[in-house]
Amino acid sequence: MDKTYMTHEFDVVIIGAGGAGLRAAIEATKSDISVAVICKSMLGKAHTVMAEGGAASALSNKDPRDSWMTHFRDTMKGGKYLGDWRMAEIHAKESPDRIRELEQWGAIFDRTPSGLTNQRNFGGHTYPRLAHIGDATGLEIIRTLQERGIHTGMEVFMEYTVRHLFKTEGRISGCFAYNRVDGSLHLFKSKAIVLATGGITRCWSVCSGSWEYSGEGHALAYWVGAELGDMEFVQFHPTGMIWPPSVRGILVTEGVRGEGGMLTNSEGERFMFDYVPEMYRDEFADTEEEAMDWVNSIVADETPTARRPPELLTRDVVAKAINSEREAGRASEHGGAYLNISWRPEDQVKKKLPGMYHQFMELAAVDITKEPMEVGPTAHYVMGGVKVHPETQESTIPGLYAAGEAATGLHGANRLGGNSLSDLITFGRRAGMYAAKSAIEIEEFAEISHEEIEKVVEETLAPLLRKGGENPAKVVEDLRELMQQKVGIIRQGQQLEEALEELEAFREREESASPGGTRVYNPGWHQALEIGAMIDVSKMCALAALAREESRGGHTRLDFPVPDYSHWGKINSVIVKGSDGEMKLSHTRYPPIPDRLKEFLDAEDLHEDEEESNV
Amino acid sequence: MSDDVTFRVFRGEPDESGKPNGKMVDYTVEMDEGMVVLDVIHRIQAEHAPDLSCRWNCKAGKCGSCSAEVNGKPRLMCMTRMDEIMHETPEGQPILVKPMQTFPLTKDLVTDLEWAYQINQTIPPLSGPDEMNWEFDQIEADRVQEFRSCIECMLCVNTCHVMREHQLFGQFAGPRFFVRLANLEMHPMDEEDRIAMIKDDFGIGYCNITRCCTEVCPAGINITDNAIIPLKERVVTEYYDPVAIIAKKLGIRK
Ligand SMILES: Cc1cc2nc3c(=O)[nH]c(=O)nc-3n(C[C@H](O)[C@H](O)[C@H](O)COP(=O)(O)OP(=O)(O)OC[C@H]3O[C@@H](n4cnc5c(N)ncnc54)[C@H](O)[C@@H]3O)c2cc1C
Ligand code: SF4
Ligand code: SF4
Ligand code: FES
Repeated sequence: MDKTYMTHEFDVVIIGAGGAGLRAAIEATKSDISVAVICKSMLGKAHTVMAEGGAASALSNKDPRDSWMTHFRDTMKGGKYLGDWRMAEIHAKESPDRIRELEQWGAIFDRTPSGLTNQRNFGGHTYPRLAHIGDATGLEIIRTLQERGIHTGMEVFMEYTVRHLFKTEGRISGCFAYNRVDGSLHLFKSKAIVLATGGITRCWSVCSGSWEYSGEGHALAYWVGAELGDMEFVQFHPTGMIWPPSVRGILVTEGVRGEGGMLTNSEGERFMFDYVPEMYRDEFADTEEEAMDWVNSIVADETPTARRPPELLTRDVVAKAINSEREAGRASEHGGAYLNISWRPEDQVKKKLPGMYHQFMELAAVDITKEPMEVGPTAHYVMGGVKVHPETQESTIPGLYAAGEAATGLHGANRLGGNSLSDLITFGRRAGMYAAKSAIEIEEFAEISHEEIEKVVEETLAPLLRKGGENPAKVVEDLRELMQQKVGIIRQGQQLEEALEELEAFREREESASPGGTRVYNPGWHQALEIGAMIDVSKMCALAALAREESRGGHTRLDFPVPDYSHWGKINSVIVKGSDGEMKLSHTRYPPIPDRLKEFLDAEDLHEDEEESNV
Repeated sequence: MSDDVTFRVFRGEPDESGKPNGKMVDYTVEMDEGMVVLDVIHRIQAEHAPDLSCRWNCKAGKCGSCSAEVNGKPRLMCMTRMDEIMHETPEGQPILVKPMQTFPLTKDLVTDLEWAYQINQTIPPLSGPDEMNWEFDQIEADRVQEFRSCIECMLCVNTCHVMREHQLFGQFAGPRFFVRLANLEMHPMDEEDRIAMIKDDFGIGYCNITRCCTEVCPAGINITDNAIIPLKERVVTEYYDPVAIIAKKLGIRK
């Protein structure tokens, strides 16, 4: 088989063309350097295109009481104080300008009556904060960045998959990719690399993500020796479609609840009133009347004085509540809950939630303007990722940067809806800027070890040389089922241990998976090559989850059902590949929150009196 | 409900001259309730043909990756329900799945869309005032937001006879990019003028308002009436000589 490869040289290589990657590219090209963007699917089709509800930033267009301080506070609180406060501060302060800038590049968000960018309510955000266009905000953002990006001089390598990152004398020096269309092989030498590869949720069988979310970016960082943090924290979005089976997992935007959607169980009860956690009790309505008051103000476009409905609690809370109702035997017909927006006039539903209307009409034959939807939790977002410097987004490997869902820090134990799209443009920009800065400092492209290149070439072509093995699709399906069963929304020590063991057994299956066919656009081959990353990423999640003996945000242990403030309150997990090649887990903490920021937080939430003396 | 269904799928690659070289292959798989065409394709990959090529991402009609021709009709495979397909297919007949026929073939259901990226590059981007916090009303936004909902599935281009039969790729921007141009021209803050390009480089005169593109648009954009006709009118107003311009291009009218 032909082992030749083409060599390219780019000062900065950006892996990923979602919101984070494209924003990084736009920034990096402002310096006089060469920039390549590599992505697995076609330009404009990355996962960001699927985002629905909106992008959060304290523009204060809709409610003048909003400010960066409140956004900072909401983000920290939603993340159960495990997030990096430095990133939360930067994000809260810079995201408004990043949104405004998008409008100058062509985005057209919905307007307020006075002609400014409108903002929508979302779970965990004190004020209406999400810039949106109907329920297709991701499309707006990716298209805007794409249209801006193509005029900046970046070179796009679409339908290429990066399989390996190279280091030379400790610094990142390039990456290796193959072209999915013709199967050709490519070496990219570069002075800095930005990982903007998105998430990992395809490792679960019920998920809102596409085939791209196999976690290859997280694995690339791990293999090259970078630290990954908080990998136990996976967000299960409370409202995925559950029926018919073939659409299971597809997202139902939180915007439905932001627009007044109500959750009920098989007995017709609005059960969320029973699940308001102590730390949110002051902020949420305790009667249906009060909740209705709030909704009425929203519909009338007035600033609400009532407290918000409990359907707008953070995602971890709502997802677990739906799960508990099911356990208690009060599930909807197909094992979830009912979500009802049909009480609002038909034309309003169609205007505010056009995508949801079509999605249900066409995929489930349900008219949401007339009947309730059926929803249940779906693996949606990974809070964990590459550990980065809060300002520069550089990882623990010099020259390797990460931004967007691939990075960790901003969201702590649970991400607030809308905070991802704003994360992408805020930290994508920073990653691009600092990657460019560091590339400029370097004069020559580093030499890359031939041995290492040859090894990657072998590995890449190996599946095509196998005969008679398993269909890679089957291996992937079984792995996803294992993660769903044993590392899902509710976890237990015993099951996590079993998962760790069973995951190892997948390595053998990976090595024998045989897709057949040629190098030309062969999805079986592509999938065979993803299994290794999926195993490692799944293992990171299970390993970190086993160690965290408490429940917090996106991590829930049946055997340790409550948060443990004495030990885990500010402890973040770290995963790194040891020198022996084994996966190593340790724990660390961010620097203490300074008083100037602490004053914006709710003191009693921090539980500082319960903390064991500093470790 | 769990019946078997037979798909007759195009399998092949272009020959040396670029012409599709392949055959239709039958695959029979089980079908579950609520499946869409893309689910069946995935099942074929999982059970029979791991190397069957097709593009997809969102599986919810949002990314525009999974365009194909099913029973001869251009559609998104992820948004086409099998009940609908079974209903329209004569009893006992296989369901035909082919790649978009207007674009060069890559392999199986995948086509080469390089043209679209190239033409997009030639469109002058939005250019508005420097200060932030742009103000404009929802009514102004509404007009343009319809165009913003385009998912770049290229089904409209695939259907338009100017492309499909006459292959005027170099001279005609195609419905998708008239939508893009209308978006820019009608943007409340835009200050750039693209009318000359729309007439000369993008060949809007070749469009003879058949509305076939509008019929297939999965985003429901009224391409012909809301994008193309207003652009044609702007060209007319700017060049005052509508009859001559259109007459010249009439050669291709069916
Ligand atoms: C249905 C849905 C709705 C959502 N709604 C919202 C919302 O309303 N608000 C919000 O804030 N967030 C939302 N999110 C979350 C948000 O959309 C994502 O977290 C975000 O878009 C991720 O962006 P990104 O730039 O990090 O990565 P992505 O957009 O996922 O892009 C990743 C890129 O990396 C490329 N890539 C990955 N691996 C490789 C490799 N090995 N080689 C080459 N390229 C590679 C991919 O091809 C792709 O181009 C939603 C998510 C989903 C699934
Ligand atoms: S209306 Fe114009 S662009 Fe649309 S299909 Fe007909 S000729 Fe083509
Ligand atoms: S205008 Fe409609 S049919 Fe054409 S590319 Fe856009 S979404 Fe597809
Ligand atoms: S897969 Fe995205 S539109 Fe069909």
